[in-house]
Amino acid sequence: MPPRSPAGRAGGGLGEINTMKNTALTEIHIAAGAKMVPFAGYNMPVQYAGINAEHETVRKAVGVFDVSHMGEFILKGDNALDLIQKVTSNDASKLYDGKVQYAYMPNETGGIVDDLLVYRIDERTYMLVVNASNIEKDWNWISRYNTFGVEMKDISDRTALLAVQGPLAAQALQSLTDIDLSAMEYYTFKKGTFAGINNVLVSATGYTGAGGFEIYVDNQHAIHIWNEVFKAGEPYGIKPIGLGARDTLRLEMGFCLYGNDIDETTSPIEAGLGWVTKFTKDFVNSEALKQQKQQGVARKLVGFEMVERGIPRHDYAIVDASGNPIGKVTSGTQSPSLQKAIGMGYVNTDMAAEGTEIFIRIRDNNIKAKVVKLPFYK
Amino acid sequence: MNFPAELKYTKDHEWIRVEGSEAHVGITDFAQRELGDIVYVDVTTVNSSVAEGEVFGTVEAVKTVSDLFMPVAGKILEVNPKLDQSPELVNTDPYGDGWLVKVSLEGDANSASLLSADEYKVQIGL
Repeated sequence: MPPRSPAGRAGGGLGEINTMKNTALTEIHIAAGAKMVPFAGYNMPVQYAGINAEHETVRKAVGVFDVSHMGEFILKGDNALDLIQKVTSNDASKLYDGKVQYAYMPNETGGIVDDLLVYRIDERTYMLVVNASNIEKDWNWISRYNTFGVEMKDISDRTALLAVQGPLAAQALQSLTDIDLSAMEYYTFKKGTFAGINNVLVSATGYTGAGGFEIYVDNQHAIHIWNEVFKAGEPYGIKPIGLGARDTLRLEMGFCLYGNDIDETTSPIEAGLGWVTKFTKDFVNSEALKQQKQQGVARKLVGFEMVERGIPRHDYAIVDASGNPIGKVTSGTQSPSLQKAIGMGYVNTDMAAEGTEIFIRIRDNNIKAKVVKLPFYK
Repeated sequence: MNFPAELKYTKDHEWIRVEGSEAHVGITDFAQRELGDIVYVDVTTVNSSVAEGEVFGTVEAVKTVSDLFMPVAGKILEVNPKLDQSPELVNTDPYGDGWLVKVSLEGDANSASLLSADEYKVQIGL
C-alpha cells in the first residue's frame, strides 16, 4: 500500500533530505506532533490534526500556517519600479505605499517563471514574495534584467512568515497590535508593532479565500510571535494548519499553484491570468502574449467537478465522451468544504465552456465530470 | 498504535481476519495514520478472484492514492457498504467498522508471507 502518486507535487524527494532546510518554527511543529514532509527543499508540516479538520478550522474560525519557506526579495533604488514593470505582468505603477499586487513573471518562450506578490514599501522600495521552489531561479531571472542599477537583497533565509487565516483572524489578533486589523482592505499592508516586536509587516493577504493576514517577521522573533498568536487566538479556537489543508483551501478557490497548474510551459493567457496581464506597458514577452490574447488560445485552464465517483489527481488525462484525449488534470482533491471531488486542468478551448461534459481517466476508467465556474467555494 | 494479535498482516500494511473459509481485509492503524483522512475506497474487483499480492482496489486520502494488495488469494464478495458514505471509518476504526472487503478464500491463509502482529511491528520499525 505504498503511496502511488502524490497529489500535489511536493517539489521534493528523498534526495533532498540531507540538504533540507528548517524554518525558525520547525521545532515547534515537531513538538506539536505535526507530520513533517520535504517541500521545496524545506522540512515542512503537512498536517497536525488531519487535513479535513484543519481545513474546516480555517473556513469557520482561524488557523495559522508557517509559510516561512516562501522567498522575499527587497528591490531598492530610483529605478526599482522600472525593473518590476519589466519582469512582471501586472501594472506596478498602480501601487501605492502599503498596497500589494498579484502578478507573474513571464518567460521569453510563452510560459511562466513564477507567480508572486509585489509590495510597495515606499516609492523606491519594493518587496517581492516568490514561491519557495523558485527562489534561486527567480533571483537569477530578475538579476538578468536588472540593467536599471536596482539594489537587490534576498531576505528569504532570515524572514519568517505566518499566515493567520480565517473569518476570526482579525478578532483573534487585534489584542496584539495597534494596527486596526478589521479596517485593513484586502491586498494592503501596514508596518507596526506586533506582539511587542517593532517593524512587523502585517499584510491582509492569503492563499485560502478565508480572509486573514500574513505576518512577516525576522526569524529571531518567529517563535515569540507564534506563541503570542496562539495565546491571543485561544478564545477563538485558533489551531496550527499544515500545507495539506493549504492546498485544499487554495484549490477550492481556484488559485493556481506554481508547479502544478502553471509552470515554464503553460501560457498565462491559457491559465486565466489575463486579469493580471497589463499590455499598457512593455514587459518580458509582452508582444507575444498580446498577440496570443488577441488571437485566442487553443486550450484553457478550467475548473471541473466529478459527476461520477472518483478523485482527480495531477497528471490524469482528460478525455471526451469517445475517449479522445482533450487535456490534463493539474490539481485535484476531495473538497472538504463541498464534500465532492474537484479539480483543475487544461482542456481544448472548445471543451472549456461551463457545463461541458468531460471525463477523467482514473485507473483505466473514464469517469464523468463537468466543467464548472471558479471558484468552487463561494 | 494498535495491532490486534488475532489478525495477520502484510508488509504492504493490509490486515486479514480469517473466519472459516472467508475473511475480512482492511488496512492497518499505521497505514491510515500515514495516509491521513481517507476520502474514498475504490474497489472494482467485486465478484472477481484476485491472486495473493495482486491489486484489488485503491484507497484515496486527501493527498495521496494508494493501491490495495490481496493478503491471500480469494474472490472479493463485497465492499464494506458503510464506506460509500463514511470513508473516514477507515481512520477511526481500521480493524472494525472500517474494514474494506470481504473475501472467499482461495489461497492458503497460513501463507508464510503473512506477518504476525509482532512481526508487522518490527516491519514498521516499532
